[in-house]
Amino acid sequence: MIARLQKVDKVYANGVVALRGLDLDVGEGEFLSLLGPSGCGKSTVLRLVAGLGEVSGGRIEWPGAGAGLSRGDIGFVFQDPTLMPWATVFKNVLLPLKLRGVAPDEAEARVREAIEMVGLEGFERAHPRELSGGMKMRVSIARALVTHPRLLLMDEPFASLDEITRFKLDNDLRALWARQRWTVVFVTHSVYESVYLSTRIAVMTARPGRTSSEVAIDAQAPRDEAFRTSPLYNEYCRDVSARLAEAIRA
Amino acid sequence: MRGGERMASVPSVGSKVSDVRAVPEVLPPRPRRLHVWGAVGRALPPIVIGGATLAVWELVVRLNQVPSYILPGPLLILTTLVRDWGTLYPSLLVTLAITGAALLVATVAGVAIAILFTQSKLIELSLFPYAVILQVTPVVAIAPLIIIWVKNIPLALLICAWIVAFFPIVSNTTLGLNSADHNLLDLFQLYGASRRQVFWHLRLPSAMPYFLGGLRISGGLALIGAVVAEFVAGTGGAQSGLAYRVLESGYTMQIPRMFAALFMITCTGVLIFLLLTGLSHLVLRTWHESAVRREG
Repeated sequence: MIARLQKVDKVYANGVVALRGLDLDVGEGEFLSLLGPSGCGKSTVLRLVAGLGEVSGGRIEWPGAGAGLSRGDIGFVFQDPTLMPWATVFKNVLLPLKLRGVAPDEAEARVREAIEMVGLEGFERAHPRELSGGMKMRVSIARALVTHPRLLLMDEPFASLDEITRFKLDNDLRALWARQRWTVVFVTHSVYESVYLSTRIAVMTARPGRTSSEVAIDAQAPRDEAFRTSPLYNEYCRDVSARLAEAIRA
Repeated sequence: MRGGERMASVPSVGSKVSDVRAVPEVLPPRPRRLHVWGAVGRALPPIVIGGATLAVWELVVRLNQVPSYILPGPLLILTTLVRDWGTLYPSLLVTLAITGAALLVATVAGVAIAILFTQSKLIELSLFPYAVILQVTPVVAIAPLIIIWVKNIPLALLICAWIVAFFPIVSNTTLGLNSADHNLLDLFQLYGASRRQVFWHLRLPSAMPYFLGGLRISGGLALIGAVVAEFVAGTGGAQSGLAYRVLESGYTMQIPRMFAALFMITCTGVLIFLLLTGLSHLVLRTWHESAVRREG
């Protein structure tokens, strides 16, 4: 296990209770999706795990990380690409390494590796405005991967994309994860996306959010278009949808 | 992952990992072209309107036989400008020197003050009202005091012009430095960036369009401040600027010369604006919506 959230509460300064008594374990190497209705606190969970906010109650432990997972071990992909518009693709991906003072030669090699991983070779010198939404998101993912993170946090990264691009990025992300096996915590409000990508799904209640149930997606077959149309996939989608409906009612 | 969105030939790096066929999302970056005809097309309408106005002006003056001490025609103003160039040109250099120095000091001080403001909300709240007070106090009202207090006239003029010019830079740059994307700020925090790194790699580039917008306004204001201060100071001799030439021409009823000096002030203002617009375009041309050509 890489992280354990125990009875976590989060109350914002304006009095909004985002989370109440949330329990969640994140296993090493798993692809965990947080599924829930809009505003249920999914993004808040990611921000707390990333250290971008303080818990109001409860605790976050890092049992599998020795003295604690350092910030260098975490990659974060926001809902928007969140790129620096004045910087090229190369410089955007380079940013985390630059901030950490990684030697230029090593940094360049790692940036090229990350750019190749997301299939953007040839676009190193392009500016974000020259890219499509899907490509911007690829840059954002490359930036998160360039540090070789142990834990990758993704906050509805494909929510604003059209369905075709989204399917393609889902395929590619899943294939990358299958090769690299980082731990991924993926926030989504799409049942279909969560079933397709995940090894486990944590279903959250409406605000104040907490986990209401968990589903292990135990599908050994490769996640591809055949899986998307398989009875097993449909069965999981039906099960998760029912759990989500129940969580919303709870 | 793969770059299958590209229209051009794509290395098949990730073709094994994706089953959805490539959908063109974007064209590869194209080499930039000079849009000469576009620039000519933009410049032509104001030139035509300006030329037509001057022609009508000349015609009205000639047909009505308007005396030159009331309203000289454009041709007379032009010949006066050429004839008196020896007197007017040094004055232009004086005004330009004050304007340039005031703009330089306004830029350096304005950016420094804006950075100071962003270091602490308390500092901003404490000092910003005084910046506003300086801005809203008419320079023509305080220029006599400054000229009395500061014995060195060029320095007094510089201070007056600076007071007028510095506020847009302070105000815009402060706004820009505070406008950095919050998600990017989170990202910098996540990657353990120092305050200095956040400033250099995020806040400063984010503020650049705002700063350049302020600089364009301040360029014109520095000239206005210099001219107003020269009017108040009314200094003669070798160190007189264009405003003094306007005053002097009024006193001696050399109205065509007055118009020639006014024309030079106007041209200087336009030139400053064009230069600063060019600078802004140069800095922002690759990424900011204000400077990038729309496709299609």
